[in-house]
Amino acid sequence: MEIKIKVENLTFYYGNFKALDNISIDIEDRKITALIGPSGCGKSTFIRTLNRMNDLIAGTKVEGTILLDGKDIMKNEIDAVELRKRVGLVFQKPNPFPKSIYENVVYGPKRHGIKNKAQLDEIVEKSLQGAALWDEVKDKLHGSALALSGGQQQRLCIARCLAMQPEVLLMDEPTSALDPIATMKIEELFETLKKNYAIVIVTHSMQQAGRISDNTGFFLNGELVEFGQTDILFTKPRDKRTEDYITGRFG
Amino acid sequence: MEVRTEQNIYKQKKSRNIRIRKAKNIIFYSIILGATGFGILVLGLLLYQILKTGLAWLSIDFIMNMPSRFPQKAGIKSALAGSIWVISLTALFSFPLGVGTALYLEEYSQKGTWLNKLLQLNISNLAGVPSIVYGMLGLAVFVKMLQFERSILSGALTLTLLILPVIIVASQEAIRSVPETLKQGSFALGVTKWQTITGVVLPYALPGILTGSILAISRAMGEAAPLIMVGAAGYVAFLPSSPLDSFTVLPIQIFNWTSRPQEEFKNIAAAGIIVLMALLLFANGAAVMLRNKYQNRMD
Amino acid sequence: MKNEQKRKDRGRIGEFTIETILRFFAGISILTTIAIVWTLFSETIIFFKEVSITEFFTGTKWTPTLEPRHFGILPLFVGTMMIAIGASIIALPFGLGSAIYLSEYAPKRVRKIIKPLLEILAGIPSIVYGFFALTFITPILQKFLPQTQVFNAASASIAVGIMIIPMVASLSEDAMMAIPDSIRQGAYALGSTKFEVATKVIVPAALSGIGSAFVLAVSRAIGETMIVAIAAGQSPVLTFNPLKSIQTMTGFMVNISLGDIQHGTIEYKTVFAVGAMLFVITFVMNIIAKMIVNRYREEY
Repeated sequence: MEIKIKVENLTFYYGNFKALDNISIDIEDRKITALIGPSGCGKSTFIRTLNRMNDLIAGTKVEGTILLDGKDIMKNEIDAVELRKRVGLVFQKPNPFPKSIYENVVYGPKRHGIKNKAQLDEIVEKSLQGAALWDEVKDKLHGSALALSGGQQQRLCIARCLAMQPEVLLMDEPTSALDPIATMKIEELFETLKKNYAIVIVTHSMQQAGRISDNTGFFLNGELVEFGQTDILFTKPRDKRTEDYITGRFG
Repeated sequence: MEVRTEQNIYKQKKSRNIRIRKAKNIIFYSIILGATGFGILVLGLLLYQILKTGLAWLSIDFIMNMPSRFPQKAGIKSALAGSIWVISLTALFSFPLGVGTALYLEEYSQKGTWLNKLLQLNISNLAGVPSIVYGMLGLAVFVKMLQFERSILSGALTLTLLILPVIIVASQEAIRSVPETLKQGSFALGVTKWQTITGVVLPYALPGILTGSILAISRAMGEAAPLIMVGAAGYVAFLPSSPLDSFTVLPIQIFNWTSRPQEEFKNIAAAGIIVLMALLLFANGAAVMLRNKYQNRMD
Repeated sequence: MKNEQKRKDRGRIGEFTIETILRFFAGISILTTIAIVWTLFSETIIFFKEVSITEFFTGTKWTPTLEPRHFGILPLFVGTMMIAIGASIIALPFGLGSAIYLSEYAPKRVRKIIKPLLEILAGIPSIVYGFFALTFITPILQKFLPQTQVFNAASASIAVGIMIIPMVASLSEDAMMAIPDSIRQGAYALGSTKFEVATKVIVPAALSGIGSAFVLAVSRAIGETMIVAIAAGQSPVLTFNPLKSIQTMTGFMVNISLGDIQHGTIEYKTVFAVGAMLFVITFVMNIIAKMIVNRYREEY
């Protein structure tokens, strides 16, 4: 077992509100880690601390350590911009740029200094293949990304992340805005992606967590109540609150 | 029983009451329709009056001639050249300044801080300052203090300050309309703030920024008062060749002609107005076309 | 690795430089305000060393360029107010009427035609309105009221009024459109006619927005220059007769600047003193307009 991200005693504030309370968790490489819990429990806030997207919100404060390959990302050992390149984030609602499919994928690489046309073409093909979208869009690469279906748009956003050759993929409820068939396609995609990346997925659906993840963490009111192997957590939860939640008694 | 009596009260009053109220509505409708029509009627009259007075005097010679004491020989060549000089420089200065300020306010400076509030309040106050006051500022600062004299440069700098608030406010609105999710999507790819601004924010906001800026710049094209204050001349019989030359502009030339007692000068003033309005129409048309073009590209 | 580090550093320095430049750009607007206040008031202070404040504010003769010189600003002030009042008489009813029509009555298709037309009206340079006042409005006035002088306050104020109609209309319309539809529907559901909804519900609810539009428009009329310079005349005499030639504060400033005014002369300082007064009046009105709107925001 290889640990990609080690979080220790992480506490997070929005102003005076404590959104995360003393979280410690190990994210394994080449595994899918699912985070579940009722809305407002802090799971989205948590994954946004992993690539410091919360830096963009004024009045927030973080305590504790987050180690990526043993380096503390909070202590400017890694620059936030550099960090986000290594730790990609896919959002709840697909948010492709109002540009062509091609331009969406090369948006990041171009801004990180890759100008060679052949190299960019290669990145586009690889990334779209990686996101299982290539066959559907290879003939309309220069068409607008906004013309794609919701599921295709979300896979384009995944491709956009893959183009940066990240090490970790964070997914913030990536299928909650999609229909069941598009959801299924993306879940299948996760199976192949996890061969190369550490994946952290926030989901509101326990079934989804059960289907795809290796480890699961249960968040409640900013606290990580329980964390462990998915099959064990779902069958023999140690904590009463976890049991109540997964048996549908609240949430 | 009581309920029924009440119903009866309404029934008895019904027909008369409703008729009067409906009549009132129709009278009011006619009045406000007339009020709206008044503005449009005046617009029509104004255009008619100007075309009637000036169209016959409009010719290639009128555009290619220098001003003259004789209305038959007078033309707007130097005023047209002056206007083009001043407006080009004004656009060159005001566009980057305005868009830059808007970017600072929307993307860098934090909302709710005293600095941000002060800047916002200041800009909205500047928008309400009469244009002639900007002329005094230009006279004191650009003409006298910085010793640019009564030049195209002084005029363009003055007009830049005049239209800056308009460009800033229009650009801010356009920048604010960029969805937060797009910016986050860009940041999440490990792209810096400025790269996000040039890659996502500006392309998305550009149609709005351009439309607002062109409208502001075309407003500058019609301004006379501030340029009179900075000393644009009424009579210029040469073409300016550098930003430090003295100059006149179309509105001032028109003002000059309008102020003369001879009837013929009113005619060439009207002809000058036709040229000025044609330029404004062209600028506004360009704004609309640019907006449409970019909007198509975005969809 | 070394290259990577270099690129990152350069990137950070670039980001910092850009932010600094943008902050400087934003600072220019503050500098503008400071410069306006400083230039107007430094000259005005020198002006008041030569002219008594009492004479300036209470004198009824304005002859700053002719001997014997008098510096009573009242004729200019009264001239300015005549223009502002005349313009309001035109702009307020027509502007508000248009706003109610556009917001409450006009079908979408008609709105789409009328709004751009009003925008054109707003985009016409004031010099054109001045020409229109002199060559169209004045002759009509003279036809009905033969004692009307060639240059007169009435004609100029009508033109200024027409010019600010679109401003009153669009700001008032914004205020009315901001009222939630649920309020309208509530009134219609009680059996109100459109007239009743517009005048008894919408206009009262939007009153502060409309009031602020009026104040802003009047402030604009006070600062308007070219129309009055062309059509109102150059006679700084204290009169309340709108059919006579007058001079406004802005008209005086333009008129004197057309000649070659030398830095340091009393004429130069007079222009700045009048300009300072104009600035203070319009500034106060703009602040009042903002205060009215802010009060209205709190209600919602």
